[in-house]
Amino acid sequence: MNKFIPIGLLLLSPCLASAADWTQFRGANGTGISDEQTVPTKWSKTEGIRWKVELPGRGLSSPVIADGRVYVTACTGYQQTRLHVLCFDAASGKKLWERQFWATGGTGCHPNTSMAAPTPATDGQRVYALFATCDLVCLDRDGNLVWLRALTKDYPTVTNQVGMAASPILYKDVLVVQMENAGESFVAGIDKLTGKNKWKHDRERQINWVTPLVANFAGREVLLVQSPAELSAFNPLTGEKVWKYQTKGIATIPSAVAGKDMIFLPGGDLEGLRPDAKGSPELAWTGTKLKPATASPLYYKDHVYTLSGAGILNCAEAATGKVVHQERLKGPFSASPIAANGNVYCTNEEGTTFVVQVGENVSIVATNSLGDTILGSPAISGGAIYLRSDQYLYCIGEKK
Amino acid sequence: MRTLAILFIASAVLIPPPTAIAADTGPLLTKIKAVGKEGAGNVEATKAWQDLVKLGPAVLIDTLTALDDADPVAANWLRSAVDSIADREINAGKPLPVDKLEAFIKDTRRSGAGRRLAYEWLARVDASTPKRLLPGMLNDPGSELRRDAVAVAIADAQGLLDKDDKAAARTAFKKLLGAARDRDQVDVIAGKLRMLGETVDLTAHFGFIPRWSIVMPFDNTGSKGFPVVYPPEKGVDLNAVYKGKDGDVRWKEVTTADPYGMVDINTLLTKHMGAVAYAFAAVDSDKEQTVQVRAGSNNAIKIFLNGKEIFNREEYHHGNRMDQHIGAGVLKPGRNEILVKVCQNEQKDAWAQSWSFQVRICDDIGGAVPFKVRDEKPKAPSEEKK
Repeated sequence: MNKFIPIGLLLLSPCLASAADWTQFRGANGTGISDEQTVPTKWSKTEGIRWKVELPGRGLSSPVIADGRVYVTACTGYQQTRLHVLCFDAASGKKLWERQFWATGGTGCHPNTSMAAPTPATDGQRVYALFATCDLVCLDRDGNLVWLRALTKDYPTVTNQVGMAASPILYKDVLVVQMENAGESFVAGIDKLTGKNKWKHDRERQINWVTPLVANFAGREVLLVQSPAELSAFNPLTGEKVWKYQTKGIATIPSAVAGKDMIFLPGGDLEGLRPDAKGSPELAWTGTKLKPATASPLYYKDHVYTLSGAGILNCAEAATGKVVHQERLKGPFSASPIAANGNVYCTNEEGTTFVVQVGENVSIVATNSLGDTILGSPAISGGAIYLRSDQYLYCIGEKK
Repeated sequence: MRTLAILFIASAVLIPPPTAIAADTGPLLTKIKAVGKEGAGNVEATKAWQDLVKLGPAVLIDTLTALDDADPVAANWLRSAVDSIADREINAGKPLPVDKLEAFIKDTRRSGAGRRLAYEWLARVDASTPKRLLPGMLNDPGSELRRDAVAVAIADAQGLLDKDDKAAARTAFKKLLGAARDRDQVDVIAGKLRMLGETVDLTAHFGFIPRWSIVMPFDNTGSKGFPVVYPPEKGVDLNAVYKGKDGDVRWKEVTTADPYGMVDINTLLTKHMGAVAYAFAAVDSDKEQTVQVRAGSNNAIKIFLNGKEIFNREEYHHGNRMDQHIGAGVLKPGRNEILVKVCQNEQKDAWAQSWSFQVRICDDIGGAVPFKVRDEKPKAPSEEKK
C-alpha cells in the first residue's frame, strides 16, 4: 500500500473498519457491546494472555482496533509534555509504528488522570487522537501525518486544570469533539479528511468529561451532547440542533448510553428517556438506585447496568427502571463496563475484571486479576479483549 | 552501450543531486509553517509534508532547522516528518546521517526542541549517545536535554555520596543546583545538600517574589469581578484608599515564609469569599530582559507586567501547580511593576476555600533571572496621620 495516499484517493477509497472492529470509545457505535461469540472469560497474569507489550507511558484511553491494527495513546515526560500514538499488529503485538508530538496546551491535571485520557477513534484508514492538551492529530494507518490541530491555538482558553477527557467520535466523515471546560467550550464537527471545522457550537463553560454519542432515537440518528444542565441532540453531519432535554444535575463524568429507542442519562439518578409523539425525549422513569459513579452505564439485552461508587453492579429493566439484581463487586471502577456473549465485563482500577453472566441467573463467572492499574475501558475485537494499564497493553485471548 | 550512456546522461539531468533535493525543502517547509487557525492551510501542509518525507534523510537537518522559528503547531508537523523519515530509514536497515545529527545537537543556536529530537534519533541508532553527550549538557539551553543531563549527574553525585565522599558530593550537588530547572530535580538536589549541612534558598533559586503589597477585598460576587477593572489595574498607588467590597480598603504589606513563594491570602490577611485581591511588587532589573512571569494558583488570576496584562485564566479550584500559568514579557532596565489579580469565588466545598498564589520571574526554561524586589511598601495608617 502506498504510504503517501493523496487526499483525493482517500475520498474515494472505502472505509476499512469492519463490524468486528472496535473503533472508538465503547466500540463502533458507542454501546460497549460486541457481537462476537468467542470472547475470553478467564485469564490471569500468567494465563490466557495472547500478548502483552510495554507502553512508553500512562494513559486512560482505551485501545481501538481496526483492520488488524491496534491503536493506543500514551504520554510521557516531565509534566506529561510528550504525546504518543502507537500502532500494534493485532495478531502478534508487534509494534508497527509510534509517533510523538509535543504538547501545545496545558498539562495540569488531577493525579488520577493523564494527558492520554481521551480514547482515539479510527475508520481503519486513519486514526484520530485527541489529547487532554487539546492537541488533535490525524495519522494514516501507517503513521503518516494527515493533519493536526492545536485547539488551544484556535481557542486559547480551552483547557482545564483537572484534565480534559472527552473522547472524539467518528460519524461518517465528521469527527466530533466535545470540549467543555472553564474556558471556551464547544462541540464541533470536524472534516475528518482535512481537519477543518464543518460546524461548531458554543457550549456552557463548565468542566465536563463526558463523551458524545451518536444514537438512533425516534427514527433518526442524533448526536447526543451531555452537559450539566442539558442533553442536546444535533444532526451530526450539519450541527443542526434537533432537540434539547433539560434536567437538573446531569452527570459530567459518566456518559449517556442508548438502546432500543431509549436514552439512559446519568446524573444524580439515572433517567430513562423515550421519544414523545414529536420525537423529542420525555422522562420514562427515574432510577434512584441506579446512579453511576465514574463508569458509564451499559444497555444490554433489555437491561441497563450501572456501577455504583460502592462497587455494586446494578441491573434494572430498561423499559421500567426497576432494579432486578444487584451484584457486589470490588471497586473502584474508572473503566466503563462492556458486554459480549451474554457476559458483562467490569474492570476495576486494580486491574481485576469481573465477568458477570447476565440473563435470568445473574452470577459472577470469573474474577480475573492482572494486578495492574487499569483506568481505561476494555475493547473487544477478533475474539480478544484488549486492556491498557498504566504500563502495558494486554491482548487477552488464546495464543495463535 | 550507447543506450546505457544515453540513459546515464538522461538520469543525470532528470534526477537532481542531493544538494538540489535539499534546496527544494524551502517551499515545502514554508507551506507547513503556514498552517493557521482552525485547520487553515492543512490541505496544503499535508501535501507539502508528503513531498518532504519523500525526499528522505537528505532533508532531516533542514527539517530540524526549520523548528527554530516554527510555531508550536507547525513544530509538530515538522516533528512528525522527521520521525517518519528516520523511522522508515531504520526499518529499511539504512543508516541515519549520524555525524550531521550530532553536529546539529551540538549547535546550541538551534532550537532546544529540534536538538532534542535529533538527540533522540541519534540515541536510537547509537547507544553511546547519552553517555557521550549528556555530561556536557548540564547548562544546555534546551530544557529536555538539560533535564536528562541533570538526571545523569544526580546519579553520579549520589554515587559519591554512597562512597561517603561527602566533600566531592557536596561540590557536585552544588553545581547541580545551579543547573537544575525542574522542581522535582531541584527538590532532590536541595534535599541532598541540606543533608550535607548546606543551606538552600529555594525562593531565590526559582526567582519567587516573597514580599508583596496586597489590597482586598473587591467584589467578586457571582464570579463577576474577573473582568471588572478595579482601581489598582488603572495604576498602583500604595497609599491610596479604595472603595472595596465591604468598605474602604488599603494596601498592606505581606511576606511569605513559604520557600516556593506561596502567599496564602486567607491566613496572611483575611478570608473572604466572592472577593478579588490585588498583589503588587516592584522589581529592579539591571538590564532589559525577556522574561516569563509564572504563577500557580487555585483561583482565577490575571498577571500584569508594567501595566500590561500578560496572562489571564478564569478558572477556580481545579488544581494548583507551580508554573501552571505563564505570561511572557520584558523587564526594562530599572523599576518594573508586577500586579497580580487573584479572584476567589463563593464555592462552599472544603476543597474550594484556598485563596492563594505564587509568582516567579524566570527565563523560558525556568531559570531565575537577576532582579531585586524593591523596598516599596504602603505607609502604615499611623505614619499617614503624622
